[in-house]
Amino acid sequence: MVQSICPYCAVGCGQKVYVKDERVVQIEGDPDSPISRGRLCPKGAASENLVNSPLRETKVKYRRPHGTDWEDLSLEEATEMIADRLIAARRDTWEEETDDGRPLKRTLGVAFLGGATLDSEENYLIKKFFTAAGAVSIENQARI
Amino acid sequence: MAEQHPVGFQWVVEAKERGAKVIHVDPRFTRTSAMADLHVPIRAGTDIAFLGGIVNYIFENDAWFRDYVRAFTNGPVILKSDFKDTEDAGGFFSGWDPGRSAYSVDTWSYNKSSGETAAGKAEQEADVSGEQAHGAHGFSLSKGRPPDIDDSMEDDRCVLQVLKRHYARYTPEMVEEICGCPKERFLEVARAMCERSGRERTSSVCYAVGWTQHTTGVQNIRAACIVQLLLGNVGRPGGGVLALRGHANIQGSTDIPTLYNILPGYIPMPHPQAHPSLDKFVELNGPRNGAWGELRAYMVSMLKAWWGDAATEDNDFCFQYLPRIDGDHSHYATMLKMLDGGVKGLFAVGQNPTVGSANAKLQRMALGKLDWLVVRDFSETETAAFWRDSPEIDSGEVRREEIGTEVFFLPAAAHTEKDGNFTNTQRLLQWHHKAVEPPGDCRSELHWIYHLGRRVREKLTGSADERDRPILDLTWDYPVQGPQDEPDAESVLQEIGGRRADGTFVTKYEELCDDGSTACGSWIHAGIYGEGVNQSARRKAHREQNWVANEWGWAWPKNIRMIYNRASADPEGRPWSERKRYVWWDAEEGKWTGLGDNPDFPPDKEPDYVPSRRARGMAAIRGDTPFVLHPDGLGWLYAPSGLVDGPLPAHYEPQESPFPNALYAQQQNPTRQIFHRPENPYNPTDGEAGAAVFPFVLTTYRLTEHHTAGGMSRTVPYLSELQPELFCEVSPQLAEERGLEHGGWATIVSARSAIEARVLVTDRVKPLRIQGRDMHLVGVPYHWGRRGLATGDSANELLPLALDNNVHISEYKVATCDIRPGRRPRGRDRLALVEDYRRRAGVKH
Ligand code: SF4
Repeated sequence: MVQSICPYCAVGCGQKVYVKDERVVQIEGDPDSPISRGRLCPKGAASENLVNSPLRETKVKYRRPHGTDWEDLSLEEATEMIADRLIAARRDTWEEETDDGRPLKRTLGVAFLGGATLDSEENYLIKKFFTAAGAVSIENQARI
Repeated sequence: MAEQHPVGFQWVVEAKERGAKVIHVDPRFTRTSAMADLHVPIRAGTDIAFLGGIVNYIFENDAWFRDYVRAFTNGPVILKSDFKDTEDAGGFFSGWDPGRSAYSVDTWSYNKSSGETAAGKAEQEADVSGEQAHGAHGFSLSKGRPPDIDDSMEDDRCVLQVLKRHYARYTPEMVEEICGCPKERFLEVARAMCERSGRERTSSVCYAVGWTQHTTGVQNIRAACIVQLLLGNVGRPGGGVLALRGHANIQGSTDIPTLYNILPGYIPMPHPQAHPSLDKFVELNGPRNGAWGELRAYMVSMLKAWWGDAATEDNDFCFQYLPRIDGDHSHYATMLKMLDGGVKGLFAVGQNPTVGSANAKLQRMALGKLDWLVVRDFSETETAAFWRDSPEIDSGEVRREEIGTEVFFLPAAAHTEKDGNFTNTQRLLQWHHKAVEPPGDCRSELHWIYHLGRRVREKLTGSADERDRPILDLTWDYPVQGPQDEPDAESVLQEIGGRRADGTFVTKYEELCDDGSTACGSWIHAGIYGEGVNQSARRKAHREQNWVANEWGWAWPKNIRMIYNRASADPEGRPWSERKRYVWWDAEEGKWTGLGDNPDFPPDKEPDYVPSRRARGMAAIRGDTPFVLHPDGLGWLYAPSGLVDGPLPAHYEPQESPFPNALYAQQQNPTRQIFHRPENPYNPTDGEAGAAVFPFVLTTYRLTEHHTAGGMSRTVPYLSELQPELFCEVSPQLAEERGLEHGGWATIVSARSAIEARVLVTDRVKPLRIQGRDMHLVGVPYHWGRRGLATGDSANELLPLALDNNVHISEYKVATCDIRPGRRPRGRDRLALVEDYRRRAGVKH
């Protein structure tokens, strides 16, 4: 069992995640939590059903330009291809300075849109990396 | 709240059992209304009229908390003589420039405040978010107080009198006319608020982010703040304006943002004009006084965390590595740029804009103009599938082969498969522990970004190009662990929480230095790894501590559970009352003490402390002003800076409304962002020809059993079974008028699209009598889409882009529509129906 937090809304109810044979078998409310005192709503209570959903995809999928169907691709290859595209797009859309010569040092040609159920540590590295890369259209559900 | 934050609502129910009066103001009757003492339906988009009515009632009945307002708010501050209110300028504040469709804000500041009055003024006036402005800049405070003050609050030009006049016409009769809520019902709310506020009692206002989803979104919240400050309900137990946010880490996504205009801890992104150097950046963004007075220390510490040894005093700590923003680069601006072919690649990570963003068709069309799209999610969302499954493919408008976008779908790890922090709606960070390894190719976002960054850095190694230096000099050496080389999330948290030069961890943001001797990724989180302990993983059971529970998780800043809690004591530091004591001054010990929370105030600053003229930072904050993030330490009834649409909330009609503005000649918020282009047509609003073609008010919302755009609920069997199908809520009267049958189908139409939904005829939405007419509401939950187990049309097909220019959030909560019985036409016929409506309404783009 590990202690966790419900991944749905911002109440932040405590969860206890039960594991058997390397698999999540049950998720319950954490009675220790001063916020939820053991309770979960329908979404929180369905968390086990979320992590073990039959619709969950576990393979990378790839659609080539103008393609009519998904194709298989390894994670390794996908990461490699994405890195190449990111570098190229950044290079091709780079804005060094404004018309009157002030620094911009950025690209508007690469954008990021994140959901609001990512962890803070993840968002931190995302903002850090993309800012260093000069991408400024880094956005989130938090504005939506 | 009972619908969207059910487990949080247990506390409301408990308070009710202990005698609290629960009032629910909402266009719809919901599970919250069912538990409330009073449900007050109002027309969607009229919140400021309602809250302004409460302000008016407070003054009319002399119910404001005089001692609190005089000492803790800017009520006594005198404004400039050339400031003009909406009452005097036809619905505009002074400074309106019709040419730019924007305000010049100089007249809005305090009297006798010097020169450059507003921090972030360039941003405020140059179409960059107002939230950049962290408070007035150039305040020449005298003994820590603004220069021109009338403590009697009788001067005509003091904030309190300006406020009183501003809301003088927001009478109960006006509230009834605009909001459609009977005067008696409104008065019951106003009376209840006033009777339950003051020394002995407090009231709180809870809202969900729907309040921000208006062209007057920020001002809705401001209006609630004004009510709460007047009644003395801020910084005190049981008080506050409480934002109930909708996602596990939506608060955290703002604090450590993936947002275009801020860096971690709400530090603004630099701007090319205003920020040529670090010094200039700090000068323009950091007021001299208050917590923001140490901006340079926060900024330098962040730069040190990011660029480590490369960041030195000599190179401005790599300040020049930061890219600049010079306009609106937010989500919608980016999608419009994409539509015009200006964006090559998009990463959509745990986000499904073709369901969750307004004008879904525009979103899909924009995605079709990308070179490449990367989607990371649990399953193939509508966004991942936009090129093969969409209304446009149904109608034959586009064929798959015509869409040139290359699409990568990468499966994501679940919360049980990774370590990390969620920040709940009260700023509380709670660590969740990994239970199992993610299956197959599923990976955490931490894994994805770390390894993507690592690979990009490898590919750029040896590059002589100056613009690659920021990537190559980045500190990016996180330890990895486990079979999949998962980066250690705790090591990232340690960087966020801050270290000294010797590697030990800082414990609070006051320890951060501006000379490069501390590194801290997010100043507001300074200390989250204090004493070398992951403070957010603390789990002392609630039974083993008092109700403040400050040993469960960690709240930013400094583990403070209630922000501005100095206000829970009077100016002399004594509790306002025994019942409502929380933090108070212990004269014997010479420190602030309380029920267990950390004081949101320097721990040993005496209540009668008066700063010297030369004081800066926190030392410039008096001992009796609790609002330490503001340079004057005061709660702002009137916002002298930071907003683009006025220092006080005024009622404007939504972008699309069947009614004229009963208060001002100006119909809509003059600063709202609208986009006239063929992909984003607007329904005519009241006063324009064709408005009657879309006679009903449309509102969108969420259900308990689903989660936003459905990516985490429409694929979950239990939840899909609980709410299998899209429906719309209409009143029996509207059903009668339009021939809608309960359980049957209806088609809802706007100038953007037509969708179909099952009809729920219910008294939960009642027609309201407004300006002599019946107003009918059509309510539609927005979770559905074409993928997953529970499928249906998306409400966001119907909505236009119409944004609050302070924050670029769209007006999802109100538009106009028509509704007719039966299913929507299929394929091309759906387009023809919408086209027919546009023609009849004379829709222009
Ligand atoms: S269990 Fe329900 S109320 Fe609690 S955090 Fe999860 S979604 Fe929110």
